[in-house]
Amino acid sequence: MLELLRQALIIIGVLAVPFLIASGLTWGERRLLALFQDRYGPNRVGPGGVLQVAADMFKILMKEDWTPPFADRPVFVLAPAIIIIATLSSFAVLTFAPGIAVADLNIGLLFFLAMSSMAVYSVVLAGWASNNKYALLGSLRAVGQMLSYEVFMGLSLMGVVIQAGSFSLGTITRAQQHLWFCVPQVVGFVVFTIAGLAETRRIPFDLPEAESELVAGYHTEYSGLKFAMFFLGEYVGITLIAALVTALFLGGWWGPVLPPLVWFLLKTLVVIAFFILVRAALPRLRFDQLMEFGWKLMLPLSLLNLLVTGAVVLWQEGLRF
Amino acid sequence: MLSILHTIWNVFTHAFHRRVTVRYPEEKRPLPPRWRGRIVLTRDPDGAERCVACQLCSVVCPVGCIALQTTQDETGRRYPAFFRINFSRCIFCGFCEEACPTCAIQLTPDYEMAEYTRPALVYEKEDLLIDGTGKYHDYNYYRVAGLAIGGKDKGEAEHEQPPVDVRGLLP
Repeated sequence: MLELLRQALIIIGVLAVPFLIASGLTWGERRLLALFQDRYGPNRVGPGGVLQVAADMFKILMKEDWTPPFADRPVFVLAPAIIIIATLSSFAVLTFAPGIAVADLNIGLLFFLAMSSMAVYSVVLAGWASNNKYALLGSLRAVGQMLSYEVFMGLSLMGVVIQAGSFSLGTITRAQQHLWFCVPQVVGFVVFTIAGLAETRRIPFDLPEAESELVAGYHTEYSGLKFAMFFLGEYVGITLIAALVTALFLGGWWGPVLPPLVWFLLKTLVVIAFFILVRAALPRLRFDQLMEFGWKLMLPLSLLNLLVTGAVVLWQEGLRF
Repeated sequence: MLSILHTIWNVFTHAFHRRVTVRYPEEKRPLPPRWRGRIVLTRDPDGAERCVACQLCSVVCPVGCIALQTTQDETGRRYPAFFRINFSRCIFCGFCEEACPTCAIQLTPDYEMAEYTRPALVYEKEDLLIDGTGKYHDYNYYRVAGLAIGGKDKGEAEHEQPPVDVRGLLP
């Protein structure tokens, strides 16, 4: 009974905390961007502007939830739900601290990769159902970008998998007790972070919603709660990628003094802050640059990383006998 | 590639720079004394209205936001019966101040005039008139002008000779 209650609490926590972080990010990102650009950002509502989150939420709930008459209604409604479901369900396979996980699947990483592919559907369907040229262009770009970046996103993780000998995120984190994987797998770390940025459509890779050329990309026609779901889905995605970077490369919960859960949260927040810093610093790529960067640089790099890691692991095992 | 890392580092150092934003309602930027803001009607050092209702400001105003009507009191002093500035139209160009022959109308360093209703932006004479002399402390039009008013005849102003009788034969 107590075990069941504990499990239920973990599930609720895993559902609630990413949402809390994501909605907090709507304020935190603007404050951090402002910090990097010598401004203040939203600082009016509540202490330091924290209640801006509540104000934004209230505003967006009051907006008319308009479905355009030319849109494909069922798909139009379904699309924002998919992105939330796909990103949130990936949190289920994360191990936040020893014993704190919803389901530490032995194929956890594959599950995450599958779910992040599912998120592509959301973007495609949103763009297609909107029946709007900007939305369609945005979703076309999103598909091209996310599919090509998913290839080496998976490959960059294989080095970690080889070293830890498991697809389970809990086992991978446990294997980092003495040395975080960001040291031996530095190439994989960099490639995965870049792929994660592209996967969440963050600024150097935000072509699908490039507001200066495509209005708002695939969510041009969305308003009210549905738009809020896309917006929140993006931030949940950032939180997810940051949590994964933490679990896979930054030693997850390992750290001195503080309790494991706090370490995990702290590292995740630092990674998120780094994503925001990248947004503040870098301009948007052109689409051909994006593709060239992905296929000609990142893919060979991750393949090479995979090759070298495999060779080194085999060599070490050969030494043992 | 290196330049990208350099950019990221450079932007990161900006986190420790001083922020340039002025948090307006709490802190205000100093305004120059000749700032063209809210328009006032000043009084001369004796406390009487400076405005002689010559209509020059009303004529020069490019948006036509000044309306006034001329009257005279029993001593012969001209003054505006009403003086109305529609600040929802005013563009604060300062032409009225330049046109004013008696330094009556002046612009002040005050820009906080927001109102909830448009009629509240129409300022009447009692809203415009201030007790002080504004930027010109010692100037009094009737004391230097050759105009005869009650209590001061022709030739009695400062730096003024008594008028010459042009029909007289005496030197």
